[in-house]
Amino acid sequence: MTTVESAGGPTTGSDVDLGVTLAGVYLPTPVMTASGCAAAGRELSPFLDLSAIGAVVTKSVMLDARSGRPTPRMVETPSGMLNSIGLQGPGIDAFLARDLPWLVERGARAVVSIAGGSLGEYAELGRRLGASPGVAAVEVNISCPNVEDRGQVFACDPVQAARAVSAVRRGIPRDLPLLAKLSPDVTDIVTVAASVMEAGASGLTMINTTLGLAIDPDTLAPVLGGVTGGLSGPAIRPMAVRCVWQVHAAMPDVPVVGVGGVRTGRDALEFLLAGAHAVQIGTVLFNDPSAPHRVAEELRAELSQRGFRSPSEVVGLAHRPPAAAPS
Amino acid sequence: MNREPLQVRGRVLSVDRAGEYHHLTLVAPGVAERTRPGAFVALAVGGETSAMLLRRAFSIYRAKASGVYGDTVEVVFAVHGSGTAWLADRRAADEVDVVGPLGRPFTLPTEPVPCVLVGGGYGSAPLFALAERLRERGCPVHMVLGGATERRLFGVLEARRSAQTVAVTTEDGSAGTTGRVIDVLPEVLARTGAPVVYACGPMGMLRAVAGLAAEHGVWSQCAVEESMACGVGVCMTCVLPVRDDDGLVRMVRSCVEGPVFRGERVLWDAVGTVPAGTVGAPRVGPGR
Ligand SMILES: Cc1cc2nc3c(=O)[nH]c(=O)nc-3n(C[C@H](O)[C@H](O)[C@H](O)COP(=O)(O)OP(=O)(O)OC[C@H]3O[C@@H](n4cnc5c(N)ncnc54)[C@H](O)[C@@H]3O)c2cc1C
Ligand SMILES: Cc1cc2nc3c(=O)[nH]c(=O)nc-3n(C[C@H](O)[C@H](O)[C@H](O)COP(=O)(O)O)c2cc1C
Ligand code: FES
Repeated sequence: MTTVESAGGPTTGSDVDLGVTLAGVYLPTPVMTASGCAAAGRELSPFLDLSAIGAVVTKSVMLDARSGRPTPRMVETPSGMLNSIGLQGPGIDAFLARDLPWLVERGARAVVSIAGGSLGEYAELGRRLGASPGVAAVEVNISCPNVEDRGQVFACDPVQAARAVSAVRRGIPRDLPLLAKLSPDVTDIVTVAASVMEAGASGLTMINTTLGLAIDPDTLAPVLGGVTGGLSGPAIRPMAVRCVWQVHAAMPDVPVVGVGGVRTGRDALEFLLAGAHAVQIGTVLFNDPSAPHRVAEELRAELSQRGFRSPSEVVGLAHRPPAAAPS
Repeated sequence: MNREPLQVRGRVLSVDRAGEYHHLTLVAPGVAERTRPGAFVALAVGGETSAMLLRRAFSIYRAKASGVYGDTVEVVFAVHGSGTAWLADRRAADEVDVVGPLGRPFTLPTEPVPCVLVGGGYGSAPLFALAERLRERGCPVHMVLGGATERRLFGVLEARRSAQTVAVTTEDGSAGTTGRVIDVLPEVLARTGAPVVYACGPMGMLRAVAGLAAEHGVWSQCAVEESMACGVGVCMTCVLPVRDDDGLVRMVRSCVEGPVFRGERVLWDAVGTVPAGTVGAPRVGPGR
């Protein structure tokens, strides 16, 4: 194993401090849950100490209650899955009354994900969220391909993406971090990234699912009730790492959260090396509901083996390969 | 008592054949004592680097706390695709990651009334533990087991030991009455005067049982089998339309609010759709 840019040789795991500061928020570890894969945290509490993980990113909530799409809503694919949930949820008011206080009382950092069907909705969501205590950060889902919106995905148009972000930004306190969550289904992710940063985002979450389709050769028809679905899991990890890499290369100072197929501490390290400051775990939670804890500990070991003392030491390191690595 | 689910590294004690099915016994510390009849486990398949990420759900057939081999959980399954094929290939001492017990169990009657338990295929598996609990409460138990063929019946001998009467149906006539459970159920209900029927099996069977129970003015408790990605309530894939106490229809998660539902609450004909009027259903007309 090669040890690079470190003070000297492997450290012991206890020398590694996993704490990171992301867009001004302190996280005890750089590993959080991904939106839509942890509900609002409660169901994971038997398996995880929610206060000890980086953050809980809640399921994207919309203004009104939503029933979501008809079933089947998922199909397993090689190293991943397609989902077509359609943002089923209780609506922002019920979320703020019931779910957010529960999370906050448990000492978890609550990153609240919101999704709107119009700019007006984004603005209203921002206002209601901005007035509620306990939110650690807002994640604006502008990229969910599942919303019944005739394919009009905000995230696919840099101008619309920026408008959605600034609509939310106007409603929330200045010092409340806003992460814009990007879709990989664009020609140039760097343009969208620059556009939403300009519009007031404090950082970026990359990536949301990528659009896919599964057809059942027995029924001769699409499997999902919603026909197409979002592909997630380790199958999309290289795509997510590429997006993080491209954006970090263009805007090295922008805080980035990497998401897409993280399964192990080694995968988390890969995202950090590409330029992410933190990672989220989505689909892998379905396989291992205690993954955020496990992955953080694995990351600690990976860092320690390489002689690093903090995740921030490796952020973007793959862009600057060490000239001569001592062996 | 703490009923929260656990995630444990289970160890295979045995995998045996049972007709067309496989009977898997896992040593899974702590799970058994939390288990009530109707609960299920979600098993990870394919090992730590498996390309099959989603857990497979199985009703708990038996759960024994501190038996000879420690705490064991047993499931009965049919090989359906590659996940269940992997499970069928397990050998003693192999590891299987277990999450459970999950879901809401069967509700038991408060009075010692006769009960009819209907199982389709491997759906009979969770009914034996239920039968035991019912007998403890003084409820006479009557079972109806059905399958496509004799090899797709599970637990007929055990049923004969644990129930006062057993009716068996097969579609090909290889055992019992030729036909389906629904064909003999009216007679069983009439004969036993049971005010409650419990059912586990394919959705079509559940729908028929729930319908028949309603016609006879009998309560039904049905354990459904919806496709699940997480089994613990975080993904929203396993929903079906259910009428709530307030009379409104909601898309509810069968993994946490089920798998056992009151038969008359499920909109059986609308499963696979979001019926108009469901809470949060898209409004009709252009735009949103
Ligand atoms: C609450 C519950 C209890 C169950 N109890 C039993 C049982 O006791 N015995 C038994 O044999 N089977 C049971 N099933 C069905 C069992 O989960 C599936 O047969 C199994 O997941 C198929 O996996 P596979 O890899 O072999 O098939 P594949 O078709 O390759 O599975 C692909 C994906 O689809 C899902 N899936 C496929 N079929 C089903 C199904 N019928 N129900 C739910 N998910 C499905 C799988 O979880 C997986 O994510 C139960 C299902 C549920 C929801
Ligand atoms: C079932 C499911 C539901 C999801 N729901 C949301 C959502 O509500 N909002 C959102 O921003 N992303 C949602 N996502 C996307 C994930 O947050 C994540 O960006 C994506 O799945 C890639 O990460 P993964 O490979 O770790 O799952 C969902 C993903 C899945 C699998
Ligand atoms: S299976 Fe994930 S919510 Fe029920």
